[in-house]
Amino acid sequence: MATEAAVASKDAWNGGHSPFNVSYGKLMMWYFLVSDAFTFSALLISYGAIRFSSPNWADPNHVFDAFPVLTETFGWHAPLGFVSVMTFILILSSVFVVRAVQEGHRMNRKGVVRWMFLGILGGAAFLGCQAWEWNHLISGVEHGHGMTIYENTFGAPVAFGQLFFIITGFHGFHVFSGVVFNIIIWIQAMNGVFERRGHYEMVEKIGLYWHFVDLVWVFVFLAFYLL
Amino acid sequence: MAGTKVKLDTHTGAHDHHHDDHHDHHHEETFISKYIFSQDHKMIAKQFLITGIIWAFIGVMFSVLFRLQLAWPNESFPILEMLLGGWAEGGKLAPSFYYGLVTMHGTIMVFFVLTAGLSGTFSNLLIPLQIGARDMASPFLNMLSYWFFFAAGVVMAISLFVQTGPATGGWTVYPPLSALPEASPGSGLGMTLWLFSMVLFIVSSLLGGLNYITTVLNMRTKGMTMMRMPLTIWAFFFTAILGVLSFPVLLSGCILLLFDRSLGTNFYLSDIFIGGEPLVNAAGDLMQGGSPILFQHLFWFLGHPEVYIVILPAMGMVSEVLATNAKKPIFGYKAMVLSILAITVLAFLVWAHHMFISGMNPFVGSIFVLFTLLIAVPSAIKVFNWIATIWRGNISFTPAMLFAIGFVSLFISGGLTGIYLGNSALDIPLHDTYFVVAHFHIVMGMAAGYGLFTGVYHWFPKLFNGRMMNRTLGYFHFWVTFIGSYCIFWPMHYMGMTGVPRRYFQFDTFETFNVYQDLNVFITVAAIVVFFGQFLFVINFFYSAVKGPRMKNLNPWKSNALEWTTPMKPGHGNWPGAIPSVHRWAYDYGKNGHEFIPQVVPNGAVDTKEKNTKGAH
Repeated sequence: MATEAAVASKDAWNGGHSPFNVSYGKLMMWYFLVSDAFTFSALLISYGAIRFSSPNWADPNHVFDAFPVLTETFGWHAPLGFVSVMTFILILSSVFVVRAVQEGHRMNRKGVVRWMFLGILGGAAFLGCQAWEWNHLISGVEHGHGMTIYENTFGAPVAFGQLFFIITGFHGFHVFSGVVFNIIIWIQAMNGVFERRGHYEMVEKIGLYWHFVDLVWVFVFLAFYLL
Repeated sequence: MAGTKVKLDTHTGAHDHHHDDHHDHHHEETFISKYIFSQDHKMIAKQFLITGIIWAFIGVMFSVLFRLQLAWPNESFPILEMLLGGWAEGGKLAPSFYYGLVTMHGTIMVFFVLTAGLSGTFSNLLIPLQIGARDMASPFLNMLSYWFFFAAGVVMAISLFVQTGPATGGWTVYPPLSALPEASPGSGLGMTLWLFSMVLFIVSSLLGGLNYITTVLNMRTKGMTMMRMPLTIWAFFFTAILGVLSFPVLLSGCILLLFDRSLGTNFYLSDIFIGGEPLVNAAGDLMQGGSPILFQHLFWFLGHPEVYIVILPAMGMVSEVLATNAKKPIFGYKAMVLSILAITVLAFLVWAHHMFISGMNPFVGSIFVLFTLLIAVPSAIKVFNWIATIWRGNISFTPAMLFAIGFVSLFISGGLTGIYLGNSALDIPLHDTYFVVAHFHIVMGMAAGYGLFTGVYHWFPKLFNGRMMNRTLGYFHFWVTFIGSYCIFWPMHYMGMTGVPRRYFQFDTFETFNVYQDLNVFITVAAIVVFFGQFLFVINFFYSAVKGPRMKNLNPWKSNALEWTTPMKPGHGNWPGAIPSVHRWAYDYGKNGHEFIPQVVPNGAVDTKEKNTKGAH
């Protein structure tokens, strides 16, 4: 049979085992992330469509120039300063989770617990920063009245605020769910669930999700803060 | 029962298997774990199928109700008032409820019947059985997939009973009708429930799809290379990929729509005036800057792949049934696989052909025309291959085979009008007419429905412990449905070509369209006959599921595929012993004087075929 000859050389695909040598769970997580990437892509493309049909847009250097304490107390402005800190925290948290996965490969329970805890702290800190930023924008301490989904004081169309809140909100929801998953994993690791199971693959799977959330932030950051 | 004691063919046991590390052994099951929250893919398939049949009954009945209105616009039908109460006062449908019926008919048939009922049923049933796996990769997520679908159905059913009625904006829920709760009665709570139901449905589809893809890639039995898989599995595989990549975009579209509806954003709204008054947001400003066309893009990025999600599983099952019953190898297996792949890729590049009349740039339109017409190539390859497969075959006309041939007939008839509509210049005058209704009902609705019937008649013994459906009733069911569906939809082409618009509540006040009054009556009568004809199927289905005679032979259709090597009543885990190995592709029919050579027969052992199949009695 022609079809038989064509694939005979590729042993990996002959059946009886996974062609990629990965468990079904990890494979599923990857495909889920592809799917989720399409969700975010659709939102960001909607952002592009509305932005490019608007006559004008907000200047991110002007909108995002506040820094906690410094701005309120000293009147000091730092364009994109705070969001840089936020981004750094999120990336740092990803690094912590990478370390947790690594310790998992070494079957080091204590290491997994320690690094995962730091990862959770990073995620929670990011959410806290986002809460402060949203609150600052909505209350509009700096500019008289703030940016909501109904009005915009930065001379930009109201769509700017609507898209900002829905897309960063959707991302924040992903961070939040990631933190919850990380906490579950952390508790399970502490209780020795993975040690009994003989592997720490669950840490790796949730780690994939966490890095994805981190990666998505890069695009959200690009769309709202840089472009 | 004798069936459970049937031993696997000896040659399959000779190979050692070490990946049966789960679901191998039977454990005690309670009623709830066996029939309700079951994790057995075969039971989940049955749950999808029976839920799908119930929704199909509701969805098709809705179409009969609004066809009554189109045929006899000024008659009074007391039965309507009895059934629908205030929505049909005096026995005449209220116009807003007419739109509710049309919207619900579309939503139910596309999503609940032809997506969940078709792909959900047969992907679940056939993927593990035909690739040689004990179950899906994650039986637990598989169970969740069904229950999310069930929950979506419950929410949609509730929307039928709320005071303002179900959503009325069409199954495509275009804004602003769907974005402004005050736009029409159905735009209120009914629309919110529609969106909520759809979000649940998307979750269900995602969980199912991830499982199907992973299972096909990871869990094939030894020897089951990708190019040895039956075409059903290829079709389910690409269907799942389409779903996993396109439903999330609808999710994004729905999220933005929910915000427009409930929080007062205006992603899809711009410069709206209601009764001369400008529509303002909570800050008192005129809503500006949104775009209803954006929703159309997001919707059709799902909506177009969705029609392939509906038709690909049907194509796969038809390929399998045609080859099996014609006792010939499928013609051009590789071409068939590549065609499915080509359709999958092109499915993502043609969505805007649903939007030629939305005022888009003609240049963009011409690109979408090009890609749309390109889809005719893989589609035609498949059609010619089907015809070549049954050409001079030794055909047994089982009911499944008749429906498979009927599928090919419908796919050709409906596909040809697709070439008309794929041209933007022709689409512009035809788009809002009955021509489009005729086209998509034949090529997608009816054809996929025939795929569903093909699958049920063919794999019924695998669904219900070896019981068979009644053939005679099956033949009657086929001919009523086949003749009836052409009678319903063929005349609509002529109406459409002369410009009869779709979505009209009644035509009798329009001189131009009055000439079709008799034709409308004819279509409605045909629809009623076909509707009642389906009871032949429903009765046959439920009676046979309980009382049908068991198959005399474990392989009644003399098929090569793996599912027929399982015992009469397979338990959770499918094969009582080791999972059989595969030694050849699925289509060794009529080879070297052998009618069929199952995939489990080793290369050197073709002559033992007689012993193997007879031994199963």
